[in-house]
Amino acid sequence: MFVLDTLTHRLKRGCETMAYPHAAPPPLPDRHGGALRVDASKCAGGCSDCIPACPTQAIGRIPGGPIQLDLGRCLFCKACVEACEPGAIQQTNDHRMAVRKREDLLLGAPGQEELRLAAALDEKLRKLFGRSLRLRQVSAGGCGACEADVNVLGTIGWDLSRFGISYVASPRHADGLLVTGTVSRNMELALKKAWDAVPAPKIVIAVGACAISGGPFIGHPEILNGAGSVVPVDLYIPGCPPHPLTILDGLLRLLGRLENSDRLMAKAG
Amino acid sequence: MSTSTAFALLANGTCLPWSEVPESSLAEFLQATRSELDRGGRLCSWFGVPDGDAVRLVSIVGFDADNTLAAARSAPIRGGYPALTLTHPQAHLFERELWEQHGIVPEGHPWLKPVRRIAGDAPANGEFFRVDGREVHEVAVGPIHAGVIEPGHFRFQCAGEEVLHLEIALGYQHRGAERALPGGPHRTTMFQMETVAGDTTMGHATAYATVLEALAGTEAPLRAQWLRAVALELERLANHTGDIGALAGDVAFLPTMSACGKIRGDFLNLTAIICGNRFSRGIVRPGGCGYDLDPDRSSRLFEKLAAALKDVEQAATWFWDAASVRGRFENVGTVHASQGAEIGLVGVAARACGLVRDVRFDHPTGWHRFGQVPVAVWPGGDVFARARVRSLEIQRSGQFLKEQLLAPPEGEIFSELPPATPDALAVALVEGWRGEVCHVALTDSAGKFRRYKITDPSFHNWTGLALALRGTAVSDFPICNKSFNLSYCGHDL
Ligand code: SF4
Repeated sequence: MFVLDTLTHRLKRGCETMAYPHAAPPPLPDRHGGALRVDASKCAGGCSDCIPACPTQAIGRIPGGPIQLDLGRCLFCKACVEACEPGAIQQTNDHRMAVRKREDLLLGAPGQEELRLAAALDEKLRKLFGRSLRLRQVSAGGCGACEADVNVLGTIGWDLSRFGISYVASPRHADGLLVTGTVSRNMELALKKAWDAVPAPKIVIAVGACAISGGPFIGHPEILNGAGSVVPVDLYIPGCPPHPLTILDGLLRLLGRLENSDRLMAKAG
Repeated sequence: MSTSTAFALLANGTCLPWSEVPESSLAEFLQATRSELDRGGRLCSWFGVPDGDAVRLVSIVGFDADNTLAAARSAPIRGGYPALTLTHPQAHLFERELWEQHGIVPEGHPWLKPVRRIAGDAPANGEFFRVDGREVHEVAVGPIHAGVIEPGHFRFQCAGEEVLHLEIALGYQHRGAERALPGGPHRTTMFQMETVAGDTTMGHATAYATVLEALAGTEAPLRAQWLRAVALELERLANHTGDIGALAGDVAFLPTMSACGKIRGDFLNLTAIICGNRFSRGIVRPGGCGYDLDPDRSSRLFEKLAAALKDVEQAATWFWDAASVRGRFENVGTVHASQGAEIGLVGVAARACGLVRDVRFDHPTGWHRFGQVPVAVWPGGDVFARARVRSLEIQRSGQFLKEQLLAPPEGEIFSELPPATPDALAVALVEGWRGEVCHVALTDSAGKFRRYKITDPSFHNWTGLALALRGTAVSDFPICNKSFNLSYCGHDL
């Protein structure tokens, strides 16, 4: 009997995969806040209240200059937003956060109030990976939450495989690595071996604050402060952990598959 | 009940002046610990406190039926002592850890190896237990596994398909979470506690906050205790649902797998209604909670919770109705109750061998003193039982949440903590979704941490997985492993 039950139930539920990126993305939870924006011109005379508020020392000040916030270290705890009275640090509610270069996550200087969203891979790599990207995920000294939200993209709600992206077991079958975690010293060798086993051309995607900078464990001697210390990173996706939507956005952006949806979002304002 | 004068009694979530933790000679201390364990006590924690170039041993024993904990310490020692493991296997990993952290040798320990060593090379490069014989072969898996999961190394000794022995080598996730704590709390400590094990944020964060509140001689406001209890059960629901789905996937029962994958996300999104983050970040803060659940949010949560509970009930029904699923789970990966008690299993794995062990019931603290969740127990000790306990707990947590959300206590959600008591020991146990999370803090004369010990339930339970594999086909490893679903980072710290 249960076969029939199962079938009718499935039919009743219909397609559960979201329409995004062909329609608007699902909203982030209202208390999430999305990416931060730093408008240093609002920063009144160097009060520096945000600097000690930050647990990961993501915020600093170049002497005499404006504050600088490193979204690669950010845990999105909002402490700085609350600490900043003039409102120089603000939430944008924007889920899009992936960048191609580490310095594109540094906010604060004039013209760099927001992060510089990732550009797509070059023509040659897009041709290779654009419609079929196989990733070997390497979990290295994190807390397991990034892995969970990387995994969730494979479920029916997100259905990552409709974009031709999938996670594979062997690095030899992969086009690149997706690294999560601080990269503990105990995982250094394994990560190197996995990287060596991926055939060229290959890419690396660092997901989460730990893989970008060491996250909450930044500076511990047991870790290497992120994937960049061992392998060359092509895409950084901040968050602790990044929302699945942020991860998906990063992957699609890298493959140049979001131009339409960006245009839609820009139109919607 | 403990009658030994070598131990002082304390309740979960309370603190004791360090001077009132009785100090005995090494021999007396060991003898007292042994007899407490013989009397049915459970070793919740066992660690060293450095004192100059010597080390004091501390033993925290839980008496579940009496709802009480007991603490004792030894005089400062150097060198070694006769291992407890010889008579009480539940101490085996604690003693390896003590040796790794302080160089104190548990003499006669049958398998003294590092737990999470960093020595320039990977943990798996050490010595492994080997079975000899012409028909015996070895299978090595990890640290990187086939799926998207945390790293660890498994070494099987097999005769054909049959596993004779499994040795698990961990430490790949070691980030120095515990090592960094003396001298704290630091600015990052709360955030590190939330990521000791990222799927158990509520478990570890609540234990940490409870320890600080006990040290400050106070409690979080009732409303905060209530919200923590709510979020703890949401965490349990998400993880248990994910596990049922993963188990279904491993026996190729796709309807439940795909449904549960989605519903798990629905539960995570409920947590995000509270704090914006799917993994409970920011909910717990020492002194209360970082967010409140206003009535509007609460009713939104309630509605979505009811829908997700209905969905998961449906998906679980398909699963339990299928003879093909039951056939794959029954009598696979069995750990007997006597073994479970001997190695000190906790949480789901313990309850699935018929052991009644649940901190929410045995050592209620916080909101669990006012709102109870029935303990879900299933005999059998096999994969079936571990899945069954999860299924029952989904129902019971769901029921608990529905009741709680309709009757929130009024009041503040946060109150600033007074300074911590100097020279005091505090213990907090929380029933995380895998089992007992244990935090012990000892303060120095300035009220800073002198020693802080974290024990994730996985620390107790990895041995259970190794035992479950004995005599099992190596091809059944995936379902055995998923049925435990232990934390690597929680173990590795
Ligand atoms: S939101 Fe990010 S940058 Fe701001 S205080 Fe928190 S971790 Fe630091």
